[in-house]
Amino acid sequence: MSQDAVVDRITRNPKFHEFVRTRNVYSNIMTMLMLIVYFGYILLIAFNKPFLATKLSAGGTISIGIPMGIGVLVFTIVITWIYVRRANTEFAATKNDIIEEAAK
Amino acid sequence: MSPLKHILATTTLLAASGAALAAGADLGQAQKQDMNVIAIIMFAIFVGITMFITKWAAGKTKTAADFYTAGGGITGFQNGLAIAGDYMSAASFLGISGLVFATGFDGLIFSIGWLVGWPIITFLMAERLRNLGKFNFADVAGYRFDAGPIRTFAATGSLVVVAFYLIAQMVGAGQLIKLLFGLDYIVAVCLVGVIMMTYVLFGGMTATTWVQIIKAVMLLVGATFMALMVMLQFGFNFEALAAKAVEVHPKKDAIMGPGALINDPISAVSVGMALMFGTAGLPHILMRFFTVPNAKEARKSVAWATTWIGYFYILTFIIGFGAITNLIPNPADYYVGGEIAKGLKGGGNMPAVHLAGAVGGDIFLGFISAVAFATILAVVAGLTLSGASAVSHDLYASVWRHGNVDQATELRVSKITTVVLGIIAVLLGVVFEKQNVAFMVMLAFAVACSANFPVLFMSVLWKDCTTRGAVAGGFVGLILSVTLTVLSPAVWEASLGNPKGSALFPYASPAIFSMTAAFLTIWLVSMFDMSTQAAKEREAFPAQLMRSETGVGASSASGH
Repeated sequence: MSQDAVVDRITRNPKFHEFVRTRNVYSNIMTMLMLIVYFGYILLIAFNKPFLATKLSAGGTISIGIPMGIGVLVFTIVITWIYVRRANTEFAATKNDIIEEAAK
Repeated sequence: MSPLKHILATTTLLAASGAALAAGADLGQAQKQDMNVIAIIMFAIFVGITMFITKWAAGKTKTAADFYTAGGGITGFQNGLAIAGDYMSAASFLGISGLVFATGFDGLIFSIGWLVGWPIITFLMAERLRNLGKFNFADVAGYRFDAGPIRTFAATGSLVVVAFYLIAQMVGAGQLIKLLFGLDYIVAVCLVGVIMMTYVLFGGMTATTWVQIIKAVMLLVGATFMALMVMLQFGFNFEALAAKAVEVHPKKDAIMGPGALINDPISAVSVGMALMFGTAGLPHILMRFFTVPNAKEARKSVAWATTWIGYFYILTFIIGFGAITNLIPNPADYYVGGEIAKGLKGGGNMPAVHLAGAVGGDIFLGFISAVAFATILAVVAGLTLSGASAVSHDLYASVWRHGNVDQATELRVSKITTVVLGIIAVLLGVVFEKQNVAFMVMLAFAVACSANFPVLFMSVLWKDCTTRGAVAGGFVGLILSVTLTVLSPAVWEASLGNPKGSALFPYASPAIFSMTAAFLTIWLVSMFDMSTQAAKEREAFPAQLMRSETGVGASSASGH
């Protein structure tokens, strides 16, 4: 079957549009989460410095801002892996089904 | 003014304007040090090994596709390391650990900004880039658009970003080699030019990628060792490390909280946007997505890259604190004339290097110095390759020859361009030797997020986007971001020497305005574009969407 026919059949398959929608919703949610965490942290620094400088424990040295900052770094790594894991298993499988269906 | 005061004043000045974004990339004017033989030997070994790899890669580089994408044969894990290598520059290693050394907490804020763009690339761009593109991001942005104008824009955007980045790297290389190897500035600049040209010219993307991977591994191993040694001194108790740092640091407890890095919210958000979305518009980074065989590997690449870069930033934070506790109590060894007031030997970017000597002796110091210089070499090679693709693949093959050009000719043009760019890079390094280039990387990120990113984003995701809209918006973003950066305090006052308060644009980064303006222009011009060309482009969207989402018809692993 020609490439064009495959393309045409995929484009007309409602499952394809459903798939694109599902994945877009997921990546948009993940993007929003990342934006909220990062700009939340930045705005907290801009508006409430004393809070971030508060000590973790009385008599201690480390301030709340440090584990929070390291937390943002770790969150960034973790959220990327969560997305990639789902995209490379569930989404990849759905995508392959749609392509195979069109190629039949 | 004493050196330390000068460094502190400079840091505070940059910080006050929120432009510490620039500080991470500024290696400043350095004093030539004594010749460091061990470092030079280590560096020579590195060059020897990479030349061997280049020879091997040359045998595999036969077509333009091999030259630009390593034949698509790099795995996700390897590519992740190479991307991390592109991103972990000498400036970010020495600059961020130096900033942590000087200000503590603020250094952490800074490094976070450099990491958060990666998930955005993963969620929105990585897969679509891989599915639509062939050699560079212009393939993606111009997928359904009129090749002439869109590629002219994409090549302009790429070359501008590459040029600013190159200047920062070349000047950094010259300053660094005076500090670390005790050789002359001009020697460094020429060395970088010649070695880098050899990698790119003969080994193309294959050699560049492996140089990047080796360097990334060396940097990660070296930084891990330093952080472990520091933690070992404190029984792996960060509280003890922090307590000691607060005790000895001149700023005392202030290093535990946010300082002057972020003051006005507009600058804070604007710098944040430039870092976050600028990463998604850097041509030499985007180019790496075409070296992997498929979208799955492209996603894995970014996940690994994010992991390594994030891990590296956590290490630099520990290294900065380790430098505080190891260097400040021993001014006789590390400070000019043994006096803290006179500043660190070699300047504000040296804490990581001095710490290397403190925890690992002369051999390890030599190793870290060699790694720092190798880093610049590898980043410059990546930049040159991406500049060459903009000239040969976009301007020559697509715009000038309308795509009627065979692979052999395109490869030949690429190689000629590489030589020309290598010479230009050396000249830029010479011309800018005495200039303060701190703002260059900031400028590169501002242009990347205001010009390249909006065009890429809208062309891939918005069905009504047209050539006219994309090109108009892209150029608006490009011109506005450059103009506003020049008029900002970091350039207008700190670099051009105009009086304080005279900068017309008061914020640290133009991103919040220039990126918004680019998106608005793309939207407006596209909406009012009623040409037949525009209608054709809108009709072509479903096919583009199909390919970007499924990869059907995408350039295959090799041969393209």
